[in-house]
Amino acid sequence: MKTNQPNHAVETVAAPHVGVVHVHEELPFWRRYIFSTDHKVIGLQYGFTALLFLLFGYIMMMMMRWQLAYPDTEFPKYYFVLPIAAIGAIIILMSGIKPSINTLIGILLLGLAALINYIASGEERMPDGIMLPEFYNQLGAMHGTIMVFLGIVPLAVGAFGNYVLPLQIGAPDMAFPKINMASYWAYFVGGVIMLVSFFVPGGAANSGWTSYPPLADIATTGQTLWLFGMVFLITSSLLGSINFIVTVLQLRAKGLTFFRLPFFVWAQFVTAFLLLLAFPPLEAAAVLQLMDRLAGTSFYLPSGLIVSGQVLPNTGGGSPLLWQHLFWFLAHPEVYVLILPGMGIVAEVIANNARKPLWGYKSMVYSLIFLGFMSFIVWAHHMFLTGMGTAISAFFQTTTMIISIPSVIILSCLFISLYGGSIRFNSPMLFALGFLPMFGIGGLTGLPLGLATSDIHLHDTYYVIGHFHYVVAPGTIFALFAGIYYWFPKVTGRTLNETLGKIHFWGSFVCMNFIFFPMLIQGLAGVSRRLSDGGQQYSHAQGVFQLNEVMSVAAWVMAIFQIFFIINLFISIKKGKKASENHWEATTLEWAAAPTPPIAHGNFGIVPEVHRGPYEYSLPGNAKDYSPQNELVKE
Amino acid sequence: MDFTDIHEIKKHVRVYVTVFVALLALTMITVAIAQLHLSVPAAVAVAIFIATIKGSLVAGYFMHLVSEKKVIYAALILTVVFFAALMWLPIFSQSDTIVYKNVP
Amino acid sequence: MEIPYVVTARPETGIFNAKAGIWLFLASEVMLFGALFTTYILLRIGAPTWPHGELDVALATVNTAVLITSSITMVMAWASCLTKDFKKFRLYLGLTILLGATFMVIKYFEYSHHFHIGDIPSKNTFYAIYFTLTGLHGLHVLGGMIVNSYFWGPGSKMWKSEPVRFTNRIEVAGLYWHFVDLVWIFLFPTLYLL
Ligand code: HEM
Ligand SMILES: [Cu+2]
Repeated sequence: MKTNQPNHAVETVAAPHVGVVHVHEELPFWRRYIFSTDHKVIGLQYGFTALLFLLFGYIMMMMMRWQLAYPDTEFPKYYFVLPIAAIGAIIILMSGIKPSINTLIGILLLGLAALINYIASGEERMPDGIMLPEFYNQLGAMHGTIMVFLGIVPLAVGAFGNYVLPLQIGAPDMAFPKINMASYWAYFVGGVIMLVSFFVPGGAANSGWTSYPPLADIATTGQTLWLFGMVFLITSSLLGSINFIVTVLQLRAKGLTFFRLPFFVWAQFVTAFLLLLAFPPLEAAAVLQLMDRLAGTSFYLPSGLIVSGQVLPNTGGGSPLLWQHLFWFLAHPEVYVLILPGMGIVAEVIANNARKPLWGYKSMVYSLIFLGFMSFIVWAHHMFLTGMGTAISAFFQTTTMIISIPSVIILSCLFISLYGGSIRFNSPMLFALGFLPMFGIGGLTGLPLGLATSDIHLHDTYYVIGHFHYVVAPGTIFALFAGIYYWFPKVTGRTLNETLGKIHFWGSFVCMNFIFFPMLIQGLAGVSRRLSDGGQQYSHAQGVFQLNEVMSVAAWVMAIFQIFFIINLFISIKKGKKASENHWEATTLEWAAAPTPPIAHGNFGIVPEVHRGPYEYSLPGNAKDYSPQNELVKE
Repeated sequence: MDFTDIHEIKKHVRVYVTVFVALLALTMITVAIAQLHLSVPAAVAVAIFIATIKGSLVAGYFMHLVSEKKVIYAALILTVVFFAALMWLPIFSQSDTIVYKNVP
Repeated sequence: MEIPYVVTARPETGIFNAKAGIWLFLASEVMLFGALFTTYILLRIGAPTWPHGELDVALATVNTAVLITSSITMVMAWASCLTKDFKKFRLYLGLTILLGATFMVIKYFEYSHHFHIGDIPSKNTFYAIYFTLTGLHGLHVLGGMIVNSYFWGPGSKMWKSEPVRFTNRIEVAGLYWHFVDLVWIFLFPTLYLL
């Protein structure tokens, strides 16, 4: 089978695009690329699947943005469908219509275009191209769900964690390769269930990504599929997190003590604990909601609930707040799952490109641990408006204020690390630098939401949407882009094009702020989130209503800049400049000890041994400005 | 403990049997106490107390936690702390709820 | 390249990989059942009355004894591996599986009786949580039986090739099985006695 993605190991040896493979243990194609147990292949599977879901989530959002900017006008769907189809077709043609990963991706993009084409029509969704409010709700709920559970987490943890972590700690693979494979396929099935839910009567889930009952309990069939999908996704995360923790505990190379671990590994390690211990309560909650929906129980239904003028036949006696507790017990740690791997990536990229050790590495690590711990006891700051008393509100408000301290420490350390560095402004570094102020805005705008008093005004307004998008979109997504640009040479043996990368960065950076800053303004004016017309019927929204068009246009323009990235990715896989073994002159093991690109099975020629800390850049008296972790310390 | 020594293992088997008998006895005791119809708080306290003893016996000896390694203790302590948070914080917020008395 | 510490323990941690893995898994299970116990408490606090004495304590007591017995046979199966007595191992593991099946059969009779007289999950929140908790627990028993059956049957081939690794596997399967027993130990009083 001629593929060019994970086979580069061989391509550097053999003639470039013939790609005939001679891996010592010749596994059949489906064992090597489909049901592979190799962490690098699984990482790439995660990566591509997650990127496709991110694209889908983004497109759903662009459809919503049309409705918000021009309520009740016809949606020009071919502006969205055709470019995707065109990109898919070009990728297929570029790969010479041979079976390969590129062809597969091209086909998937065509499928995505068809899916968009389907959901952007139909009487029950968009009669005459005009979006029904019910469908807006589906898009909102599924955008949130897909972005969080099928996009960011699988990319940040599944892809980067899987690919990079074992290499960075000098391990031959993950501790449990088969479980690793099961984890990917559970994710895959969960994703398919979520997509299928668009096709059932009543459409996909439409009760928001938070799925609050009683609404979610009595919503259309899509909600049931959402719950089943979540059960698979949770299972996937659990299996993955066990694997990560055991791998870090057990498989570190000789000499790699905990305080010599790269910050990225630490971030993944803490993240894995969050996934491990926070997800099960949501699994329980999902089971209870399934019982409510399928077996007629009333876990979340209070007595005497009236729906459309009728008393629900259920016996009642349940509590809607129970769901909120169980949901946010997961979902607050989840936001740290979204951000910590990103911080880890940014730390790697900044240390590498500032050519300086991370300032305050140890305090960063302690902050990380403290942050992870605290994230379990702040969740009810999402519930200040549920009638909690002052005592318990004060408790959660206090823990929330406390948890902001470690984030500030980490961010400050990253900023200070830049001071006095001889910074290389390449594309990964630009994205990493972009992350810092964007995450800063996201974090600081969170404080008023954590204070019970100001949250009374801000809760459930666009301010919330603006706040957390600053964290996840120009925050985490920039970090993930930084990671893609940074580790692309490792994976493929080639580099991404710098010019295209810079266009991608600056375009995204400017657009991001035009999308999300106006949301903060609208929210302060009191515009509610989850309104299918962007608030045009409310008098208090009139002053800020026009901003909707600004945000929408910025969102579409930003999509154009993402095309630069997609093109860059696919051209560079084949035609990119050859990268050297240690392309960024980095110190961590994945560059210093493993070959670039890594050998297909097994990671290291010789098992590395570690002699020093992770970021020994610019040591005084050293000829070169970096000292790899596996380099002996001279007496 | 050393699991390669046959005598050592024999000793352990005796412990297992003792624990087994204790578990059966405690089961009988807790059922018997339930027949006394104590007040609800007392009944809950006693039943949970006995269940905790039984649980500790299973965890301690059958799952040989009494002689486990530090990493496992660390992970479990963390879990217990979060378990407690998950159990008590919702209960506290349920009991500390603003009640609107004058709403018609 | 072989993955290290599959059979032997890593010196710093003192454990082999699967043992770390299973304990982490059990930690997540603690949180899963913890959430359900929280649910139980909140529902019960919120309920004006709570049904009492509607479940069959006698059957449940027998079932408790069955599970406890299966725990000791499980630990004996592992001990037999340590003393290199494969025959005994098979006997004890077989007993464990049978006891698990007994538990499920008794549970089946309990369930069908409830369904028969109309005590279904939607009757009230008590039956809702009762069926959810015992149902989920039953699935765990079933899962354990499947794993144990594998080690009793095809999986036991490993005894010949890698006895230490096989013993590790039995230890891990045992940890899971005891945990399922442990959950029942708490379910029994909460649902049947209180
Ligand atoms: C990059 C561009 C993005 C844009 C322009 C965008 C835009 C939006 C918009 C307009 C809404 C709906 C607000 C409403 O109707 O209430 C929304 C909701 C949401 N978005 Fe995004 N989003 C983006 C990326 C992301 C990412 C990366 C995440 C990942 C974590 C994410 C997570 C969510 C969530 C969780 C919701 C709430 C859904 C709900 O109300 O249930 N978004 N976003
Ligand atoms: Cu939160």
